[in-house]
Amino acid sequence: MPDQIEPITPREISVNDVPFAQVEQNGPKGFFDQLKGFWVTFATMFKKVNTVQYPEVKEPTAERFHGRHQLNRHEDGLEKCIGCELCAWACPADAILVEGDNNTEENRMSPGERYGKVYQINYLRCIFCGLCIEACPTRALTMTNEYELADETREKLIFEKSDLLAPLTQGMLMPPHPMYPGMDDSNYYRGEVKGSHPSQDVNK
Amino acid sequence: MTTMQEVEMISLVIDGFEVSVPKGTLVIRAAEKLGIQIPRFCDHPLLDPVGACRQCLVDIEINGRAFPKPQASCTIPVEPGMIVKTQLTSAVAEKAQRGVMELLLVNHPLDCPVCDKGGECPLQNQAMSNGQGETRFEGVKRTFQKPINISSQVLLDRERCVLCARCTRFSEQIASDPFITLNERGALQQVGIYENQPFESYFSGNAVQICPVGALTGASYRFRARPFDLVSTPSACEHCASGCDMRTDVRRGKTLRRLAGDDASVNEEWNCDKGRWAFKYVTALDRLTTPMVRNSDGVLVEASWPEALAVAAAGLSAHKSAVLVGGRATYEDAYGYSKFARIALGTNDIDFRARLSSDEEREFLAAHVVGSTTTYRDIDLADQVVLVAFEPEEESPIVFLRLNKAFRKRALKVKAIATKLSIGVEKLKGEFVKVAPGAEASALSSQTLTNKSLILVGERAAESAGLLSAVAALAQSSGAKIAWIPRRAGERGALEAGAIGNLLPGGRPVSDAAARVDIAAVWSTQSLPSENGKNSNEIIAAVHSGAIGALVVGGVDPLDNEASAQMLAALDKAFVVSLEIAPSAVTARANVILPVAAVTEKSGSFLNWEGRPRKFDAAVADTHNRSDLRILSMIADEMDRTISLATVTAAAKEIASLGRWDGAKSSLNKVSAATTPSLSPDQAIITSWRRLLDLGTLQAGEENLAATSRRTVAVISPKRADDLGIKDGDRLTISTQQGSVTLPALVEEIHDDAVWAPRNSRGSQLLSQLGVAHGAVVKVAKA
Repeated sequence: MPDQIEPITPREISVNDVPFAQVEQNGPKGFFDQLKGFWVTFATMFKKVNTVQYPEVKEPTAERFHGRHQLNRHEDGLEKCIGCELCAWACPADAILVEGDNNTEENRMSPGERYGKVYQINYLRCIFCGLCIEACPTRALTMTNEYELADETREKLIFEKSDLLAPLTQGMLMPPHPMYPGMDDSNYYRGEVKGSHPSQDVNK
Repeated sequence: MTTMQEVEMISLVIDGFEVSVPKGTLVIRAAEKLGIQIPRFCDHPLLDPVGACRQCLVDIEINGRAFPKPQASCTIPVEPGMIVKTQLTSAVAEKAQRGVMELLLVNHPLDCPVCDKGGECPLQNQAMSNGQGETRFEGVKRTFQKPINISSQVLLDRERCVLCARCTRFSEQIASDPFITLNERGALQQVGIYENQPFESYFSGNAVQICPVGALTGASYRFRARPFDLVSTPSACEHCASGCDMRTDVRRGKTLRRLAGDDASVNEEWNCDKGRWAFKYVTALDRLTTPMVRNSDGVLVEASWPEALAVAAAGLSAHKSAVLVGGRATYEDAYGYSKFARIALGTNDIDFRARLSSDEEREFLAAHVVGSTTTYRDIDLADQVVLVAFEPEEESPIVFLRLNKAFRKRALKVKAIATKLSIGVEKLKGEFVKVAPGAEASALSSQTLTNKSLILVGERAAESAGLLSAVAALAQSSGAKIAWIPRRAGERGALEAGAIGNLLPGGRPVSDAAARVDIAAVWSTQSLPSENGKNSNEIIAAVHSGAIGALVVGGVDPLDNEASAQMLAALDKAFVVSLEIAPSAVTARANVILPVAAVTEKSGSFLNWEGRPRKFDAAVADTHNRSDLRILSMIADEMDRTISLATVTAAAKEIASLGRWDGAKSSLNKVSAATTPSLSPDQAIITSWRRLLDLGTLQAGEENLAATSRRTVAVISPKRADDLGIKDGDRLTISTQQGSVTLPALVEEIHDDAVWAPRNSRGSQLLSQLGVAHGAVVKVAKA
């Protein structure tokens, strides 16, 4: 019943009223017990070494290690990024900034209507959680295994689109260039474009 | 229309909760009142119900008899004894809604990552809340050609359309511009324009805003940002005196779009395309960033603020000075100019009317406009509206929408006293009282009005002598209300702030000693100049005569004035302190240029034509630009005649403490109308107005918008066309002693004596090319 509850009155507590707990002091261990402990250290000297002489020696990371991002390209060199900003939206650390723009016939960076004009990842903020990768609707954004992301200034750790874009490989042509003749953006998304068209490759 | 009559209330039960709503309320809206959201696409509170999307299906039972199938709650009005079960309580309604959503998504493309609506899309949101995660559709989606331009600023992506007909209903019911319609039937049904006729409505942006999917998008915002990038600030429109509530969306210090805000008593949920899309001038114009001072060689050089302020203060102290402030200043800035003129310059020589104006107008403003309380509500209640020297669609588009609403809902009678029949008046099915330019006054005097009528007077009334006297006389004899609707956003505020020679702030007449004492007490000054100040033309004349040696000019374009050549010469002669955002004809002649903040960069308020304050905050916060007020305050400090208006808040507080003048208003001395001139066959009387979309400075940098402006034409009557042997499309030359313009002719309903051309459109800038704009005799000839 409520009326039976007594109000709590603050009581004075003196330090002297609190009893000290007795801690047992056993003294040092015996000689053989100590030897058993040091044996572990001694035996480790003959085991296989786990550490390497980084940075002279580098070990590959786990295959799916979350490293620096990469903006991928279609097989003919056009960018996969469509500037949709879903990566920026998904990012819990607000590390990504994207601005989209219109593809035009003269300036085509990606298949379809839209491309990412500005793309920045701030590696001072990035926590490498990989949510941006999950959000990307075109598999444009993936992560590499590169983990050496340290530098002297803050500015250098904001990676621009040019720093993040995948290098051109065999058969790719530097955008801007038109889509593969006869193909449209849905062909690109289905992976039906296998390389740049010979007619586009006049400069090589 | 009935005023506040007893409305019959009806009780019904929705999801087990009883609610009472006025008779005629739709079920979907009654549910909203309980906080129950029924998903919908086509439903819009300001459009007639249509039941096109079928998304709002609910189970309804009336007096124990249930409808056999779920019903669209957006088309059914409530009835007594109705029991409604929404998706929350009825499995049938829930399943029906899921089914409709699934069907709507069958042909909807997976464009969300590239679609501008993504993130603020009713279809996305309601597919998440009321749809199912998986599709069962395995066929091929219907595709259309990707976006097509239905005007240069509106893009249509037909694949995304859910056929809700909001855009077509808006165009027809609200704007009366039925330029888009639903074509074809079945799966191929699509929104379309008429062949060869683009969607060039002044209100097309609203269709983009109310599109519940990404089918209609604006060209200027295409792919620019996502909703989460944008910082939104409630703002007010700086383009005209309608006073629209707006929302400005800024990304990283740059305005990316503006949307119509929701203010039921002003713009409802609409605005015009100029207000929506003309915001790039802030960045497009070559903005002034540092103060500049003309050195001893007569060259403008950059200067520090203290140096520029010192030079300005010295120059203004040395001469007798006057103030010319344009109609674009905010209420607080205009108050700053007003106080600056009286305290720092010790003069009443200030005029905000940087346009064609008259002394009759100044008296009219003091007698009938300042402190007037006519509002949009009076349009809703009027039995008749007379438009005098006012073309609502071009000069105050939201007033046009209100008139149109009253016309469509209750057949409001509109009468236009004008020379040329306009598209807007045609849409309002208005009675066109055809008069020769200059003869408006006598035509107006013969009108019979009642005390429920409303006279809407435009700023162009000043161009016709005697017209404002006739307006005042008619209002007095009939009891009709007067509303003066200027074109620029700041004019009413400037009037209330006393930025005019015959009034002090709050509508206090300069000539009234008690009024001067009032103001002097608040301003802590001994006395105020007691003579009425000069108007802008007199100020210019005084500069030429040497009576005035210095001018403070803010936001004025000399080409808006009939005497532009004299004004430019006056600017050359006088010591000019120019407060501007960008280089102009004034800054080129100024001795000191002080850069000021554009509207998006400062806070403040406008008073719209009703006198209603439209407050706004700085949308782009981190610029170093200061408002006019702050700079005037600094000059005054430098002159040792402080006006203590360091911030907008301080000014607003001071204005509030002044209050309104409750004494006698000054009266209007009747001016008689000029006689109409007699014409030889090759002569005509010119008349003109500014179009909504023209060469205005605040529309700079927005090509998509400019491309939808109306065609530049010279309008003549069929009789004159016969006389001159001109057909539609032939070229017509209008000339004066100053110059000439040659435009394609359009033969239309216009007074036989008159010729009409747009005042400031491409190829037709009458004030600079002809030197006249209304009422003057010009020569017309076939080119």
